[in-house]
Amino acid sequence: MAMTMTQKILAAHAGLDEVVPGQLIEADIDLVLANDITGPVAIRELKKAGMDKVFDKDKVALVMDHFVPNKDIKSAEQCVECRDFAREHGIVNFFDVGRMGIEHALLPEQGLVAAGDCIIGADSHTCTYGALGAFSTGVGSTDCAAGIATGKAWFRVPSAIKVVLTGKKAPWVSGKDVILHLIGEIGVDGALYQSLEFTGEGVAELTMDDRFSIANMAIEAGAKNGIFPVDDKTVAYMEGRVPRAWKVFEADADAEYERTVEIDLSTLRPTVSVPHLPENAKPVEEVAGTEIQQAVIGSCTNGRIEDMRVAADILRGRHVAPGVRAIVIPATQEVYLRCIREGLAEVFIEAGAVISTPTCGPCLGGYMGILAAGERAISTTNRNFVGRMGHVDSEVYLSSPAVAAASAVTGVITDPATL
Amino acid sequence: MNAHGTVFKYGDNVDTDVIIPARYLNIADPDELATHAMEDIDATFVKRVKPGDIIVANRNFGCGSSREHAPLVIKQNGVSCVIAASFARIFYRNAINIGLPILECAEAADKIADGDEVEIDFSTGVIRDVTRGESYQALAFPEFINGIIEHGGLLNSLKARGV
Repeated sequence: MAMTMTQKILAAHAGLDEVVPGQLIEADIDLVLANDITGPVAIRELKKAGMDKVFDKDKVALVMDHFVPNKDIKSAEQCVECRDFAREHGIVNFFDVGRMGIEHALLPEQGLVAAGDCIIGADSHTCTYGALGAFSTGVGSTDCAAGIATGKAWFRVPSAIKVVLTGKKAPWVSGKDVILHLIGEIGVDGALYQSLEFTGEGVAELTMDDRFSIANMAIEAGAKNGIFPVDDKTVAYMEGRVPRAWKVFEADADAEYERTVEIDLSTLRPTVSVPHLPENAKPVEEVAGTEIQQAVIGSCTNGRIEDMRVAADILRGRHVAPGVRAIVIPATQEVYLRCIREGLAEVFIEAGAVISTPTCGPCLGGYMGILAAGERAISTTNRNFVGRMGHVDSEVYLSSPAVAAASAVTGVITDPATL
Repeated sequence: MNAHGTVFKYGDNVDTDVIIPARYLNIADPDELATHAMEDIDATFVKRVKPGDIIVANRNFGCGSSREHAPLVIKQNGVSCVIAASFARIFYRNAINIGLPILECAEAADKIADGDEVEIDFSTGVIRDVTRGESYQALAFPEFINGIIEHGGLLNSLKARGV
């Protein structure tokens, strides 16, 4: 039977010639990820179950990124648990302050994930690595614990939605606009239990950072994973980073899909998702003029170097509007360093923005930019749920870095083309 | 196994940020964590909920983050079952893995109202709304998942298999 790209990767990792949607399988895992929020829970579960072991010390990644440098005593204690576990088990890929970055920007950058891999992570945005042509999905701490101890995970083989991309993007349109538009089309549970498989000539128009943003937010449509075909750009990204062989899988031409969604990139506008669901996607002109008090540029969705460059292009020679706090968070140490070397850091500071060290921080209402009651933020993050960035009566509008930077300059939600 | 309790009814897309806001994810103690359950969607939930009570919601319950703290705080408050028209997939796995009973049943999610008295027979998947005098049939779990539930969670079921 013909298979999708995801189904082929799962079959290969389950030692099967073929799999069908709905089939329950046990697959070998190439990498298991946890962070400073989900890691301690996984570690406690392992100890409680008397399974305090690691299947392969090279294939477990622990990234301290949510609340570090630690925001308080409790989060410091959670990092101690992870640090001790990493030391006891000789975990090579333990990323602490100084080495760390936001996990889903860091692991691809460090060459720890590659095409054809099967990856689980105790973080919902683990689906990001689908940009490289890997199967990767978010799980909870107990699934993660089982993966750490055994190197295996169970899956129900997903059916898929085929997303066909055509055309070329207009200026100021990015991967973020593609995924916000798609979630607007199919809804926050539009791909529940399914894969989002991206294809079409439009894929070649997308940079790797665009693809990371898109795959990252597959979960916001309820998807199990989002995945891109491997092309020259993917290979160029992995070369020099991934120190091992990778495997390219392709969907069969006659693979079956639950449905097909077509997106002509040339028709997309800079897009904003209004509170309180990512599916509330609108062209920027429909919400232009909405007053903001904070702009956040960063996160696992949009904290990569291209995001920083776009934001800097808009902020260069301009200034953040009075009454607006602009917070720029490069996702990794490497991105941070490039911001400094390319002069972007100067642009941000001269424009009146602050630059934070890498952290998930404000995206999930942790710290480094919490909103008070009645406040509104434009943010390049991935969720605008009630209370996500702070007070239950605050609001988050999701956008690309270009829209967030333009809005920071004017103090109201702004189409960058109108600056 | 059976459940019997009063229903707390919610709508579509109840996300993990309202089930347990991330500002509390630095708390390790499950009992302390549980005092903040549902805080941002229903500030009085923790005060009103009694052991055995049942949460009923519509589509996509538990969407968002992978935090296992979400099913944990519901379980820790004594909730005997969550019934929804559909569950977000990570929440679904997490609930099974930690032993929080969940049932998918669109009809029950549609018809059961807040405050109704509901009984559940987990062996048959029959949900009975005592207040309304109506019964609904939930979807059955695959055998593999029943195995995890019967062993009291994923890690115990792996141990039982000698993994």
